[in-house]
Amino acid sequence: MIYTPSTLSIAIFLLFVGITLGISFHFGKRAKSSAGYFAAHGQIPWFVNGIAFAGDYLSAASFLGICGMISLYGYDGFLYSIGYLAGWIVALFVVAEPMKRLGKFTFADALDAKFQSRGIKLMVGISTLAVSLFYLIPQMVGAGALVRPLLGLPHWAGVLIVGTTVILIVVTAGMVSTTWVQFLKGSLLVVFSVVLTAFILNNGLKVRDGGLDGHHFSTITVDEGQAPQEALAAAGYEPIESSDKWSGFIRTTHSESGETITFKVVDDSTLTETQTLAVVDGKTIINGLPLGTGDGETQLHNVGWIASLPEGKTESGPLGPVEYFRTLEGSQVVTWPKVVIDDGDAGKTTVYHQATVAGSDLLRPGRHPSFAGLQEGNFVDRINFVSLMLALFCGTASLPHILIRYYTVKDEAAARKSTIVGIGAIGFFYILTLFMGLGAMTSGALDLTDENMAAPLLAKSIADWLFAVISAIAFTTVLGTVSGLILASAGAVTHDIISHALKVELSDGEKVRVAKIASVVVGAIAIVLGILFQGMNVNYLVGWAFSVAASANLPSLVMVLFWKGVTKQGIITAVTVGMVSSLTWILLSADTFQKVYGYTTHPGYVPFSQPGLVTIPLGFLTLVGVSLLTRRRSAEPTL
Amino acid sequence: MSASKQRIGLALFAIYLVVYGGFVLLNAFAPDVMKLEPIAGVNLAVVYGFGLILSAFVLAVVYGFINRSVGATHANEAAQREIKS
Repeated sequence: MIYTPSTLSIAIFLLFVGITLGISFHFGKRAKSSAGYFAAHGQIPWFVNGIAFAGDYLSAASFLGICGMISLYGYDGFLYSIGYLAGWIVALFVVAEPMKRLGKFTFADALDAKFQSRGIKLMVGISTLAVSLFYLIPQMVGAGALVRPLLGLPHWAGVLIVGTTVILIVVTAGMVSTTWVQFLKGSLLVVFSVVLTAFILNNGLKVRDGGLDGHHFSTITVDEGQAPQEALAAAGYEPIESSDKWSGFIRTTHSESGETITFKVVDDSTLTETQTLAVVDGKTIINGLPLGTGDGETQLHNVGWIASLPEGKTESGPLGPVEYFRTLEGSQVVTWPKVVIDDGDAGKTTVYHQATVAGSDLLRPGRHPSFAGLQEGNFVDRINFVSLMLALFCGTASLPHILIRYYTVKDEAAARKSTIVGIGAIGFFYILTLFMGLGAMTSGALDLTDENMAAPLLAKSIADWLFAVISAIAFTTVLGTVSGLILASAGAVTHDIISHALKVELSDGEKVRVAKIASVVVGAIAIVLGILFQGMNVNYLVGWAFSVAASANLPSLVMVLFWKGVTKQGIITAVTVGMVSSLTWILLSADTFQKVYGYTTHPGYVPFSQPGLVTIPLGFLTLVGVSLLTRRRSAEPTL
Repeated sequence: MSASKQRIGLALFAIYLVVYGGFVLLNAFAPDVMKLEPIAGVNLAVVYGFGLILSAFVLAVVYGFINRSVGATHANEAAQREIKS
């Protein structure tokens, strides 16, 4: 889709980024020591820290990815909301207070409090880096997705802007400013999501026959005894000879527009119009014509609408939250699944076709391709689902940039209170994601090429200013989350790896300087990855980061707190095994082969795509096993 | 933190684990249950999902209330600690 930016949206955007940078520079002056740079001197008030948790956590993935996934597949996206929030229970009840008691700057400190081992610092430092980088990718991808409609810039430009701005923030400021920026964004994101939800409920649900651009999608009825081709020709669509790869579809030339319109054969008597996208010689071809707004060019139409409401109504009027679900459950919604047709030398074409789905099926899990077998009882999909939900549950409390936020408050009570505030704000926001996602699904504003844009485009369909504000908040949220991640990585490099594991003597000032250099390097890597991963659902990527974090960090974190028999060898091996096994699993999975490497039908080399169910227990087993084996030796006095 | 208070934390954790585990397993192995409409014509998937989010918050508040006086450092204590380190 082609976007033209408005002056208003650019102005609002610049205002937000300006305020963010202003705060950073203002507080940056105060953070000269390493305690200030990494942990804000432990002086952040608990309420502010709690909302900053929300700011850190409600990243691009939460906002853009979840809403996008719900807008295309219904309830499945909301599973992530549930899992992300549930993880906070682990954080609060199990790790929050011990983390605060044991550590100083980084999560490695807490693990290592008992052992003073360079090996632990090194491995945990590396795992922090790995998880942070994995988590950075979706944030950067989200940023790229946002600038397209907001500023009319290409994806790479968005990634570059975020990367550069964040590096600037982190280098000048550190944890104090990051915290205040996160506090501001956490609050704004929740407030404006409430506004958006209020609009959705007030507008209610409407029956439409096309998206907001006014395009009417043709449905051709084939009479008995008539060939579908004849019916199409009679309606002005001249059928084209196609290879048997196109079975189930009929390609035609539309006499009016000159577009190549492909019809889906729904049954013997019905054909529905689809939209196609192909890339030929580096150029995007939509429905047979080049992408563009000029003569002889075309673009994909906005989609997402309701085909029928309960009781034959055409408009529901304003709805309460409960009524909203009830009405949607009785409605029929037109969704747009895609298939990729590989026509040999003629190249690959993505066909987006209409599928009318009952609202009651969209409001329960099982429409997303990854979970499609859930409702039919496919065993692998069931295991995949359980595995993902386990990783989300265990992942939150293992994320380095969340864990470092326990060092910005003064004591355990403040750590606990800020977690409770965080859970309240985050939980409330997640409830809103379901309304926003479903609102986008039925708004007629969906862009099929980028599901991450669902929420901002929904806002755009309501009002331009709302779109500008929501996008600017989402963009600055990306800035904040990325700063937090880069800080966590910089802390790991400086504090854990360089000064402890490698025993390089650094003065306080040198530590901050090394951390800043590390920030620039990590930021640069993140920019490159963000450009490479364009178009993947950001939420899906975050799911992976959670799996890696949970597998590498959680076993050690929990066992150190609850089992006296843990040895340092146990921790080192468990972190290594958890990290390597989950990363390897992801890189070999069918999902990665299909979505990242581009082999559309490759089954991968592991039985299911989500590693958590295997690699989290593996981490625990490794930890216990190695600890038992090395226990006696480490109990002997070393010479 | 006293042992009994820590036990309360773990007990609350166990409660949530059962509720969350129930949701995951029902969806995985008995997905049709989610079609039931227990309250006001809204299906179980939505009710249970919202319930999970709300119960997380409720449990968190309960935990915070039980531990309200635990783990706070007084100003002078914190200052002393600062001097020592």
